[in-house]
This record gives sequence, structure tokens and C-alpha cells, in this order.
Amino acid sequence: MKHLISTRDLSRAEAIGLLDTTADMVEVRGRDVKKLPTLRGKTVANVFFEDSTRTRLSFEAAALALSADVSTLTAQGSSVSKGESLKDTLQTLEAMGADYIVLRHSHSGVAATVATSGWTDAHVINAGDGTHEHPTQALLDAFTMRSRLSGATARGAGLDGANVVIVGDIAHSRVARSNVWLLNTLGASVTLAAPKTLLPKDVTEWGVSTSLTLDEALDGDPDVVMTLRIQKERMSSGYFPSESEYSRFWGMTSDRSARLKDTAIVMHPGPMNRGLEIAGDVADSARSTVTEQVRNGVAARMAVLYTLTGVQS
Amino acid sequence: MTSLVVRGASILGGDTADIHVVDGVIVGVGAISEKADRTIDAAGLIALPGLVDLHTHLREPGGEASETILSGSRAAAAGGFTAVHAMANTSPVADTATLVERVFDQGVAAGFVEVRPIGAVTRNLDGEQLADIGAMAHSRARVTVFSDDGKCVGDSLLMRRALEYVSTFGGVIAQHAQDPRLTLGAQMNEGSVSAELGLQGWPAVAEDAIIARDVLLAESVGARLHVCHVSTAGAVEVVRWAKRRGIDVTAEVTPHHLLLSDENVRGYSPLFKVNPPLRTSEDVEALRAGVADGTIDVIATDHAPHSASAKDCTWADAAFGMVGLESALSLVHATLVNPGHVTWDGVARLLSTTPARIGRVEGYEHPLTTGSLANITLVDPSFLGEWGVDRLVGRSHNTPFGGLELPGRVMSTIFRGTETVIDGRIVDELRTA
Repeated sequence: MKHLISTRDLSRAEAIGLLDTTADMVEVRGRDVKKLPTLRGKTVANVFFEDSTRTRLSFEAAALALSADVSTLTAQGSSVSKGESLKDTLQTLEAMGADYIVLRHSHSGVAATVATSGWTDAHVINAGDGTHEHPTQALLDAFTMRSRLSGATARGAGLDGANVVIVGDIAHSRVARSNVWLLNTLGASVTLAAPKTLLPKDVTEWGVSTSLTLDEALDGDPDVVMTLRIQKERMSSGYFPSESEYSRFWGMTSDRSARLKDTAIVMHPGPMNRGLEIAGDVADSARSTVTEQVRNGVAARMAVLYTLTGVQS
Repeated sequence: MTSLVVRGASILGGDTADIHVVDGVIVGVGAISEKADRTIDAAGLIALPGLVDLHTHLREPGGEASETILSGSRAAAAGGFTAVHAMANTSPVADTATLVERVFDQGVAAGFVEVRPIGAVTRNLDGEQLADIGAMAHSRARVTVFSDDGKCVGDSLLMRRALEYVSTFGGVIAQHAQDPRLTLGAQMNEGSVSAELGLQGWPAVAEDAIIARDVLLAESVGARLHVCHVSTAGAVEVVRWAKRRGIDVTAEVTPHHLLLSDENVRGYSPLFKVNPPLRTSEDVEALRAGVADGTIDVIATDHAPHSASAKDCTWADAAFGMVGLESALSLVHATLVNPGHVTWDGVARLLSTTPARIGRVEGYEHPLTTGSLANITLVDPSFLGEWGVDRLVGRSHNTPFGGLELPGRVMSTIFRGTETVIDGRIVDELRTA
């Protein structure tokens, strides 16, 4: 594995290996000395053409914890906003000696294009490309699920038999796509819940079930309910009429939380619209894994950098 | 007097004969004993009438970085064409008599093919006010085809008026059928592949619905309609229905839509980004069947040159389109002839006689017969080779076919009696001026 572009490319063994390495990194993060020397002398370039403070901070923390030098480029105030092309930007980073390029972009496919273009020899890690994929989010989500369902020390295990509901704007969600592919690979069964306007046109080949309301999906007694952030501008584009209507049919309300079995968890990739896709008290409840996901995010990204390094040396 | 004899060509893929050309006109087909200034040995080659493209972007004026009238004319000749219709979406737009005459004159000066300017339907392609249609029709360029291609004439009332007004001058509207609202931000065909790739979908219904509206409008006002680059199974079905109903509609398909599908987009290579988008393999099959049963009348290239930087970038930033003049005949060979959908005389109909009739291009009515203009293309049907950018002679290299094994090769193109391609190579410095 030279790059991480898509969870679809991961074999089950690779995926479980990444989860196990994430567990190792969680353990490292719990030590007095929280750093490993793995990437000493290497440069990780965080290239964020789309603003995302939390993902950028998480990758920076992960790279620093592996002793890498970190440089960060965000679109604001850079030559990118002056019209320099992506190709020129990437070639500049290459010339400056970036070994890893962590790339966030608002257009789908950009990470794949950079990895295959010949513009750079660096390892490319997709930190979210348009509405395509966000593979490290899916890895941290899977690790969070595994920890809650099988215990933090579970090693070598997938998510076999886990019943996962993903609810919200599936059509525009890179988090949903990366999760679907990875959860399929790990043996979970996935149900997507959304109005038809927010479901991709044709998900027949995704290997998932679909429900048109959250209540219908909850009838399947899920182990995990993953709520997605809803962009409020979807209302003006006619995807749904109002916040109250969205919340009524697809929101993770307190009443719906009460229907879940005791061990079920509620996830959200953040940032949350409290009261819209998830009720505030559900987000703060014992079911919620929101802060755990953030914590595991650093470890999962360390695991990705660490695993890609193994190929290089 | 200049004379030329083509020796031993298979006429339209049938019997072998010689073709005698004097001063740009075919004066005899059969066993020719006369001596000529020049003789072409065409043993093993198929003689077709010179190809006529109804849909070419020559980019001049305004886009000379990617193509010029001269460079595009050379590309056309290399592909076996003797006439092309130059689309109106240049900068400035070809919406006045002055502009279409300029394109026409530069085509004559280039001298490789007959360049027939297409006039815009609406001023500046804005879809608001009709362009100078009558003036263009009566100009030296004698424009007969009008199109806002690149954009759809979306407004129903304006489309109705345009159909009526253009038919006043005996012309035809070539509609780029794409509902603008249904394709807002669209990047590729809407379907399982777009869902997976996270690229904004371009639904088939956005094409089908416009064609359905337009054939009914054409019927109601008694006008002729031509549908550009049909790409969906539904569109084929609508055109089939319209023809059965007696509506005066013709339709074209591009060579690339006969071969490629949205599966090709999986690697996000911008070389596969095109408008209309590559559809599903079921659509590809429906298009081939539509050609085979006569629903689709014409193969047109939609040759769309773009500079390297417009394609060496991300999918979203890339321009729509691919070059197609040089590869058209090989793709038709691979997708229609080899599978048995059409024979070589069918190729002549699809790529020469019918597009010439739709565009009112003279000299193509009776292909390869005595008295016709000597527009002749000689093809080596036994050739099979890897396609590469070395086969491109235009200014841009945005072809997605690199590395494909493709059949057939244009060995000779004769434009009004003058060779523009000899032994598979373009004849240069042939400016007639």
C-alpha cells in the first residue's frame, strides 16, 4: 500500500491490520512519552484546499507523534487562491521534499488524480475529496465501533455481524461512502436511511439495505447508528423542506435513542448540528462516541502513516 | 487539365473498379485504360465518398491555442473527411454574417476540406434573442445548420420560434439536448458509477426530455430538427418513436459514445470527461442498435480540441470534450462494421451521404459515380494497430483512445480531385491561396 485513497482498495487483512495498529497507537498515546521515532527526518505536508480545522489538526497531531516534520498549506492566503494550479502546487511540494501528502479537496477524485498523475512521488493520503471518500474517518469510525462492541483490546477482529445504520445525506457524504466500503469488508451489515433526494440514484451495487425513514431502519435493532452532518443549504436546493421535517423523519432524537438496545452506540463525524440531525442530549449521552471518535482519529491517522511507511523502508 | 486514376479499389466495400478523376470531377468508374497525371494503387483498399462531419469544433476565432481552422482542417483530412461543419461556439460566437464568412473564407484558404460554418441559433449563445439567422443563410457561407451547441436552447418558446424562423430559410436546428436545470453542476452520467465516485450525476432524462419536447415542437410547427450527439437508450427510443410518427427529425451519435461507457471514468482521467457524458454499456448497445436500424442517421465526431492544461488537471477543473476527427473511422470500423451492424456502404451513408444531405453540402448525392465531385477516401480495412497521439495531426492531443488496438486506416483522402492524404500521411503546404 503506497497511498490511501479509498477504503474500497483495502483488503480485509489490510483493514484489520490498520485497526490493530490503531490500537497500538492508542496505547502509545497513553504513555508518558507519547511519541514514536518512525518518521524522524520525514516531511508530512498537509495540503488543505478545503477548510477543515479538525481533520487538519488531527493529521498534524498524528504526524508530530511519529516525529515527522510537518508543513501545512491551506487554500486561504496561499498561491492556490491566486490561481496556481493543483499540478503546480503539488510539484512545488514535491520539489521541497514532501514524503507524505495529506490532501483535502472539495472536488471528488483529486486524491486519485494526484496519486496517479506523476506530479509527485510522495505517499498520498486522502483526507477527504469532495463527495467521494474520507478513508481515515472510516478507519477511526470502524476502530471506535470495534472498541465499543468487542473491547478496546480486541485484535484481529472485524465487525462481523454488526448491524450499522447510517442516516442522513448519503448522496453528498464522503464519510458514508468510505464507511460503506470498509464496513462491508469488515463483515458488518449496513442500512442507509435517507429521503430519496439524499440517497444516491443507484445503490444497488453497494451491498447495503436502504430505509426511507430512520424509524424503519431502527426496527432492525442496530448496534450502531451513525448520523451524518446535514448541510443547511440542502433545504434551499429542494432536497428537503425544513429543519423540523428533517428532524422528524431522520433526526436522532431522544425518543429514538430510547428505542435502541442498551449496548447500541450513536456516532457523528462532527461538527454536529445539535437539534437537527442529532439531539443535544443524545450527543452528550453515554451512547454517544463523538469525543471518542476525535480521540481515536489521531491514533488511526498515526496507524495510516505508520503502515504506509512500512512499504517504503 | 489535371487527372488522376485510383486503381483497383473496392467501391463502397463491393466490386473492384478504377476511378477516373479529371479537374476535380469523377469522369469514369470501371476499367479505366486512360493514362493520368497521377495514379494511386488502391489494391486492397476500400473507396468511400469523402467523409462529411456535421459536428466539428475548429475553435477559431478565440481558441487558437487548441485548434485553428487550418489545423482542424488537416486533422479532418487525416481522418478521411472532405467537409466539416464548424460549430458556432467560438469567441466571438458565429452569430453574424461577417463572422461565418470569415470562417468560411479561412476554410477555403486552408484548402484541406470544405469548411461549412454553423451559425448560432441565439445571439452569443445566450438563449435569449435569435442570432442573425437570415443574414447568415444568405451570406457567402450559405449557412444551413444552426446550433447553440455546448448549450441547449432550453426555453420552449424560443425553441419554437427558432424552429419556425430557421425553417423559413430552409435551414435546420441542431439541438444540443441538455436540460440546463437537471444538469446543474453535473460531471458524469448519473448512475451506479457516479454514485460510487461521488461525482455529480447527469441524468439521462435531462437529454431524453428535451428531445421529446423538441420533436413535438418540430411536428407542431412543421420544421426540420437535427439532434446532436444522442447518448442514451431513452433518446434513441424517443427518436425512433418520432420517426415512426413521421416527424422530420434526424439524429447523430459520436464515435466515442459507440465505444466508451461510464466505467471508463473510474480512474478520474479527464480524457474521458465529455458532454454529453459517457453513459452505461446498455446505452452503448442501444446506440449501436439505433444506428443499425436507421433510427440514428449520422455519425458525427464532436471533435473538441483542448490544450494540454485543460486536461492535465483534476476532473472537476477539466474541460469537456475529446478530439475525434482522426479516430472516427477506426471507431466506426470497430463498433459498427466489425460486429456486423453496418456494411461499408452503410458507413458511406452514415459518414458522408446523409450528413451532406442534412447540411445541404453539394456533391455528395451520388457517391463515387460519374459526374460527382471527386471527394474520395481510401481505407485500408486490414490494418490493425495501436492508437496513439502520433496519429493526431491537429493542434490538441486530448484523445482517450491511446493504447487501444483499433482497426482501419485512412490511406488516401482526395478533396475535389486533389490529394490531401497520401499513403496515410497528410500532405502539407497545400494552401490553395
